[in-house]
Amino acid sequence: MIVFDKPNALTDTPLHYCPGCTHGIIHRLVAEAMDELDIEGKTVGVAPVGCSVMAYDYFACDMVEAAHGRAPAVATGLKRAMPDNIIFTYQGDGDLASIGMAETVHAATRNENITIIFVNNAIYGMTGGQMAPTSLPGQVTQTSPYGRDVSLCGLPIKVSELLSSLDAPYYIERVAVNNVKNIRNAKKAILKAFRNQVEGKGFSLVEVVSTCPTNWGMTPKQALEWVEEKMIPYYPLGVYKDQGAVSKEEV
Amino acid sequence: MSDKVLMKGNEAIAEAAIKAGCRHYFGYPITPQTEIAAYMAKRMPKIGGTFLQAESEIAAINMVYGVAGAGYRVMTSSSSPGISLKLEGISYIAGADLPALIVNVQRGGPGLGGIQPSQSDYYQATKGGGHGDYHLIVYAPASVQEMADYTIKAFEVSDKYRVPAMLLADGTMGQMMEPVSLPDVPVVEVDKPWAVRGTGKARPHNIINSLYLNPETLEKTNFERFERYRLIEENECLYEEYMTEDADVIVVAFGIAARISKNAVVEARKRGLKVGMLRPITLWPFPNKPLRKLADTAKGFVSVELSMGQMIDDVRLATECKRPVSLCNRTGGMIPTPEQVLESIEKMLKEVE
Repeated sequence: MIVFDKPNALTDTPLHYCPGCTHGIIHRLVAEAMDELDIEGKTVGVAPVGCSVMAYDYFACDMVEAAHGRAPAVATGLKRAMPDNIIFTYQGDGDLASIGMAETVHAATRNENITIIFVNNAIYGMTGGQMAPTSLPGQVTQTSPYGRDVSLCGLPIKVSELLSSLDAPYYIERVAVNNVKNIRNAKKAILKAFRNQVEGKGFSLVEVVSTCPTNWGMTPKQALEWVEEKMIPYYPLGVYKDQGAVSKEEV
Repeated sequence: MSDKVLMKGNEAIAEAAIKAGCRHYFGYPITPQTEIAAYMAKRMPKIGGTFLQAESEIAAINMVYGVAGAGYRVMTSSSSPGISLKLEGISYIAGADLPALIVNVQRGGPGLGGIQPSQSDYYQATKGGGHGDYHLIVYAPASVQEMADYTIKAFEVSDKYRVPAMLLADGTMGQMMEPVSLPDVPVVEVDKPWAVRGTGKARPHNIINSLYLNPETLEKTNFERFERYRLIEENECLYEEYMTEDADVIVVAFGIAARISKNAVVEARKRGLKVGMLRPITLWPFPNKPLRKLADTAKGFVSVELSMGQMIDDVRLATECKRPVSLCNRTGGMIPTPEQVLESIEKMLKEVE
């Protein structure tokens, strides 16, 4: 009896991610959502620039590689051309919250019927650990070697809070994947973000607080602890917007 | 032959695109091409198409990238500063071998420049513009009718070779009104097995991509693309020759500059001067062969441009510097008169006699 298997929506290509990086878990949750909703055959994913740039090799659905930060615009084009297909983007914090902020905000305010998986690990991983718009105050990175100086670099952007201030987007939730309980919640949120699209509800974004042990200079275990102790207090988990929930209360 | 209607050049582009089966338009307002967006905003909802005013030129071109990846005919339009913003996306579209149409109704530059007509994006259009080894197929219409005709042609050729095409017009061409005939042409659907429309779990996944971390693969991809460029140079180069057979001086001009130059050539002939004109219709591929041939018979060339002189480099290369080439130009939104062109022709005739 098979009790545990690779999701069908993942290819057999071995992931290139560093040991202890949680991209692998998040990939799996996205693939499981595709399997459970049986949408792999009509899904087109959009990969970003960043650590998950090669996500196009890992997901078994059709894939597009976007320019840095432009995934929501590319996804908009795909969805407008093929409203019956399922379109998702998978983006990191530099991609989504720095260079691609305009595309993100405007896709949200159009309530574009797409799903965005936003992986926030508070650093640029692919390029070797530079300060991200989500890097914590005082966080040491390659480009903030004395710690993020908030008097010079400002404070981190809380994407879920920011986007939920817009009237239009349908669903925004922040989750984490640092322990089993949080992974279960993350799975539910990602599944919901895809189901919303299947049901034509509109813009659904799941922010996943993630790790980068390599560029944080930690062991995988320390990185998971840092998520619990530093990241989650700054980036509180929870549902930031759910237009479905509001209407249920009204009913 | 369908009835002729009076249209602005910009509107002719938009209606021709619809005739060509384009059902997806993404743009951002900028003078002097906004009529294209306005026309699409009216028409697309009526025919089940997409009109979307994007948050920026950058977003618009990336929406184009998405639709092109799905294998549907798609376009964007802008004017010079907006095209600069689109170049990142254009490079990705070229790198991913996607067909698409980009319209540039040029205005004076650099920088914010002005809103009057210009041809100073010639280098940008024909030499790549964005980063990396790539070309666009570039059409330079010289009438409202050609704005329509080469819009349709651009979609077809772009699909055929999987190479993005640019329609390079200018503020005059965009704004002026002329009678135009827009017959219903059958849309030729090209098979696009590479498109991302969902695997249906019936085939391995397609990937639209321009990233090749292995340099050998990237080199191979570029070689393959340039093989298609070679075919385009062989098969798709368009130009018009006017009274060149016995001409001592050849005027080379495209778009609005060619319209003006033709008047000068006619006037020169009236005065008994042996003058002709070569009008490139495709700027890339550039009509190198006919120009090289003309360099055997003509004694001098005059490049007429609404810029500080950009195409003149290609004229010199095409003629292998065998004959003198002079520049007759205005820039910054100013337009040369036929008299100015005639003066340049006479000056060149004196020089070569």
